[in-house]
Amino acid sequence: MTATSHIDQQETARPAAWDWLRETFFASRLHAAMSLAGAILIVAIGWQLLDWAVVNAVFSSAGGPEACREASGACWAIIDARWRLILFGLYPHELHWRSATACIVIVAVAIASCMPVFWRAARLAALWIAGMASFYILMRGGLFGLVPVSEAKWGGLSLTVFIFSAGVLVGMPLAIVFALMRRSELPVIARTMSLVIDAVRSLPLVTILFTAAVVLPFVLPGWLQGDKLYRVIFGFALFFAAYQAEIIRGGIQAIPPGQDEAAKALGLSYWHRVSRIMLPQAFRNALPPTISQFVITFKETSLVIIVGFFEVMASGNAAYGTGDWRFAYIEVYVFIALIYFTFAFSLSRYGAYLERVMRVGKN
Amino acid sequence: MLAVLKLRKTRNWIIQALFVGALAGIVIFGIVTASQTMQSQGMTSGFGFLFRSTGWPISFSLIPYGFGDPYWKALLIGVLNTLFLAAISLTLSTLVGLLVAVLRTTRNGVMNALGTIYVDTFRNIPIILQVFFWYAVYTHLPRPREAYDIAGTAFLSARGLFLPGLNVTGLSAFIAIVSGIAGIVLALWIAHGRRFSRKEPAARRRLSWGVAGIGALAVMAVLAAGRIPDTPLLSLPELKGLNFKGGINVSPELAAMATAIAIYGGAYLAEIFRAGFLAVRRGQIEAAQSLGLSGWDVFARVRLPLAIRAILPTLTNQYVWLLKATTLGIAVGFADFFMVVAVSITQSGQTMELIGILMAGFLTINYTLSSVLNRINRSIALKGQNIN
Repeated sequence: MTATSHIDQQETARPAAWDWLRETFFASRLHAAMSLAGAILIVAIGWQLLDWAVVNAVFSSAGGPEACREASGACWAIIDARWRLILFGLYPHELHWRSATACIVIVAVAIASCMPVFWRAARLAALWIAGMASFYILMRGGLFGLVPVSEAKWGGLSLTVFIFSAGVLVGMPLAIVFALMRRSELPVIARTMSLVIDAVRSLPLVTILFTAAVVLPFVLPGWLQGDKLYRVIFGFALFFAAYQAEIIRGGIQAIPPGQDEAAKALGLSYWHRVSRIMLPQAFRNALPPTISQFVITFKETSLVIIVGFFEVMASGNAAYGTGDWRFAYIEVYVFIALIYFTFAFSLSRYGAYLERVMRVGKN
Repeated sequence: MLAVLKLRKTRNWIIQALFVGALAGIVIFGIVTASQTMQSQGMTSGFGFLFRSTGWPISFSLIPYGFGDPYWKALLIGVLNTLFLAAISLTLSTLVGLLVAVLRTTRNGVMNALGTIYVDTFRNIPIILQVFFWYAVYTHLPRPREAYDIAGTAFLSARGLFLPGLNVTGLSAFIAIVSGIAGIVLALWIAHGRRFSRKEPAARRRLSWGVAGIGALAVMAVLAAGRIPDTPLLSLPELKGLNFKGGINVSPELAAMATAIAIYGGAYLAEIFRAGFLAVRRGQIEAAQSLGLSGWDVFARVRLPLAIRAILPTLTNQYVWLLKATTLGIAVGFADFFMVVAVSITQSGQTMELIGILMAGFLTINYTLSSVLNRINRSIALKGQNIN
């Protein structure tokens, strides 16, 4: 009995797979031609890439730039020779382990906050505050016998990660406040806030960073200015908050009005309604667009190069810009692109996974 | 007194008054500090500097510009360059986006895969990296002496792309392009617009061709009038010394910006167009097919118009966002509005005024773009129907 049903299944399974193959690739003569042309294109590009990146490539910097010039493939030797500059920037050479550890701490915290166990406001806050504190102590030094390193020498990947996480960490509470103020029942507050949010959203990020770096020192007295790094992070956070506030507002508006009315009928105060009823549901509704906002924000950290920070993009430019490696620019850009791609792609895949699991954003 | 405070209305008023007061306080504090800083640095505020001459060059300009020209002209050039770059790169990215969206929505596995690879690759790499990459690629092309020769008339080198052009003034070229586009749009409108659907087909066709002919004549007249004297009408790029002379030069900066925005923006727009195509119900397409429309007509007259209506609000946001990406010109030295403002700030020191102009400029440009697109959205919306 079991044997025959097994055979039945096999017999029905085979035509189904064949049907799928025929429908996806050879539905008609035109489709077959398109499939063939596309497959040839993919194979040709893939082969060229493989040939360039692996077969004819130079991996070791032992031969110097000359070995690369003779080879027809990629010159990964420049990465071998300059990877410290790209990843750590101008951070003191003997302290690179601190920069690397700090970076790993933040990445670990970021991965941990993807786990549902930590999805409580208090736990997330505790996790991130601990993570950022250890990052700061490791990078800045001055405590526990660590040699102090000023912010001006921070660079490379850990600076990118720091600007991103600090910006989001400051920006997220700011976004919640913005969203609540924009939905306020008091007309003056709601109008002012929508004006501010719309203005920030229609300005390019570069101009906001530039304002934070160059113009703020004009309007702030000396004791309020702080390091350029923190001013730029504030500008970054403001920009993130303006976008994120609209996402949260969308999440709040998607909550059925009965929820808030029921909470009011129970006599809950405004803060209880906001923190226990509205925000948890709003964040759940707004999770997919929030993740894609994170992806966009991570990529936008690269813009701080324009106001003169030595993050991974700028250190990449420096890596091929000096000395005998001028010809190997493609390899450097591919390497940096891979770094960004790893972060951005895994984050967006995680977002897509969440969307599937939670079945939100499907209506 | 306490009883008054407990009244909700009074309390609301007090909260709002405090809010406005705090905002005003911050602004006044900023202004006072700024004027103190400026006094201590011996600078004067005001917009008088706009009429001083700049004394620095601008690498790319659509209108003639020299060292002696005033700041307002430099800023105007910046705005024009931003709009010029935006027009080119938004058009290109729309084309790329449409193509990739079509690839991703066909019922062909290989084409879907190609589209997905494209979107996943270019959407996950920062645009500034792509700008740097293309700029490096374009400036590492061979020098003008060893330039790639395209049919003897166009040349590709590290100094950019050199195309054959006309020996006319910039202004007349601009008017000619505008009148040419106006003629084509008007002719198409007469041929396809609903407004003229009651006309006889033959008369309609005559009118349409007539308008197109008038447009073509206007273009030729403007070009003839704006011709630079004592030169041949056609200007071919020629190698003279270390660089090419004559023709139109597409600089590596402009080319890198346009390429990067087209590729990156195309990946984002493709996802929006795809969502639009998927929002068109199958019944609509099947109905069109059963009426016997050709594949192209089903796409151009049913699928695309319905998709555009579904996505125009999202598309508007995306266009505004891509327009803001033109500010990356400063990374490679393309003289867009932001770069001109940044250079002006370092040269003149009028920080506050110039930042004000920059923000006002971007608010105006973005507001205009989004309100035009929103008007289009309202006017093409299908009334009383929900196509989703």
